[in-house]
Amino acid sequence: MQGTPTEIATRHLAETSRWKPMEFVFWLVAFGAIWLLPSHHLILNEIIITALFAMSLDLILGYAGIASLGHAAFFGFGAYFAGIFAIRVIGDPLTGLVLATLASGALGFITSFLVLRGVDLARLMVTLGVALVLGEIANKMTWLTGGADGLQGVVMGPVLGLFEFDLYGRTAYVYSLVITFLLFLMARRIVVSPFGLSLRTIRDNPLRARAIGIPVNRRLIAVYTLAAAYAGAAGALLAQTTQFVSLDVIALHRSADVLLMLVIGGTGYLYGGFAGAIVFKVLQDVISNWTPQYWTFWIGLILVILVLIGRERMNHRAAVLWARLRGKPEPRPRTIVGGH
Amino acid sequence: MSAALETVGLQKRFGGIVATDDVTFRLEPGARHALIGPNGAGKTTFVNLLTGVLQPSAGTIRLHGEDISAMAPERRVKRGLVRTFQINQLFAGMTPLETLGVAVSERMGHGYEFWRPAGSKSVVIDEIVEIATRFKLADVLEERTASLPYGKQRLLEIALAFACQPRVLLLDEPAAGVPEAERHDLLATVAALPRDVSVLLIEHDMDLVFSFAERISVLVNGALFTEGTVSEIANDPRVRAVYLGESLDG
Repeated sequence: MQGTPTEIATRHLAETSRWKPMEFVFWLVAFGAIWLLPSHHLILNEIIITALFAMSLDLILGYAGIASLGHAAFFGFGAYFAGIFAIRVIGDPLTGLVLATLASGALGFITSFLVLRGVDLARLMVTLGVALVLGEIANKMTWLTGGADGLQGVVMGPVLGLFEFDLYGRTAYVYSLVITFLLFLMARRIVVSPFGLSLRTIRDNPLRARAIGIPVNRRLIAVYTLAAAYAGAAGALLAQTTQFVSLDVIALHRSADVLLMLVIGGTGYLYGGFAGAIVFKVLQDVISNWTPQYWTFWIGLILVILVLIGRERMNHRAAVLWARLRGKPEPRPRTIVGGH
Repeated sequence: MSAALETVGLQKRFGGIVATDDVTFRLEPGARHALIGPNGAGKTTFVNLLTGVLQPSAGTIRLHGEDISAMAPERRVKRGLVRTFQINQLFAGMTPLETLGVAVSERMGHGYEFWRPAGSKSVVIDEIVEIATRFKLADVLEERTASLPYGKQRLLEIALAFACQPRVLLLDEPAAGVPEAERHDLLATVAALPRDVSVLLIEHDMDLVFSFAERISVLVNGALFTEGTVSEIANDPRVRAVYLGESLDG
């Protein structure tokens, strides 16, 4: 790098917020799939919703360092809210989506006070507990949620009054993709802002964050609320596009799966959720065709290898290899990865 | 004129142990004051009480006349009470640029701006670069903090406190682990602070204390043992005794 320190600093900070070529490629492919993979829209819809859900977890885990084993609480709440809203009030998807998102955010705000104290283990237990409580409430309130039978009779109107949901999931995928893309753009902007940077200081060292004047608790409340709203939006999309909600949306395995995906994809750069969701869903699809009962064996194995070797080391090795292939100098370890 | 920082009857108990024992202490505006004491004298506990990491069991802390005893740590920082840590407390996954940037942004009240990329304000960048240059960090601004050599991390530790623009600066063994050659640079930078910044230095290295401080307080077993000018303390036989033969002049 050349230039005065001021130029270098300006350039470096601008770089972290500038779009990388791979990001354009990713979104081009995602939108291209609308036309290129017409027979896979149902699974693509599921993947993009899961990715949005995983991204919402990344906001708290990758950026603020809050480990959660109950993030499905918000996903499930958003799903039930959107489903019940469609049945009892109005079937317009966007209205339901916006309200479900706001309501999940409100739930996130209320429960955020529980994760302020304590560290990883305490937070895992508290978040797990909240999800279990909500799951049981959904189970008990049969008159509202359908209980163990699931929420029946969700009928959605057309998106924007124009696009009916079809059997092949085309409208569903386009709808989920556009919403996810918009929410992604917002998140991407937030994480490179001064607010986003302050979250990373809290992730790395809350003691010092306080000692440089950052109101740690308020920042955590803010980002937890935001992440809950995002998770709720993902849940609402699932409820609306599948027109069905079951207790499965709030189950423990959903919280665990999304954490798994994020670990597979990597935390702290927003795309980890997307990468993890794609790898997870595709592996699930491929391996379960091959050996239906034992697919979690392979997922488990991948997880163990990932954690033992360490993502950062693997990324670095890959980057070194890539540089060698192209005959360029070896890169230094990356600066932006989370490494949790 | 009210003291820059003062404590009245400050006490901290951990169960049966009294870590800070009725400390009444005054840091004058513009002071260059040192706090010394043998290992386990409670120096770090005292700093933790002042900065709000720990809550006192009894007593009062006043910053420029304002009672801050129950105030959250981050609000004390906003009022100008800033510390450094004996053991580096940095943000391993971030660069010095981002680290200093956060502190400067936060101080300027940008902490809740979430719709603007960090670093889009030149006033922030200018200040980051100014501090980085002063602490010889300009050449490593883009490196990940965790991969910096120890000496640079130590400089960043101190620079980060400067980025908060302290009015009262608490330095907890700033020179710990810093090579001899760089120690004096470090202290020279601290000494070059304007006189409206009051400094309390907690230090083991007597050389450093005597070259920097104008007044010295001695803490023993959590209580204030004695206080005086540098020469008074240096010639106090009781202080020598407390240090159990540890030489005070080197």
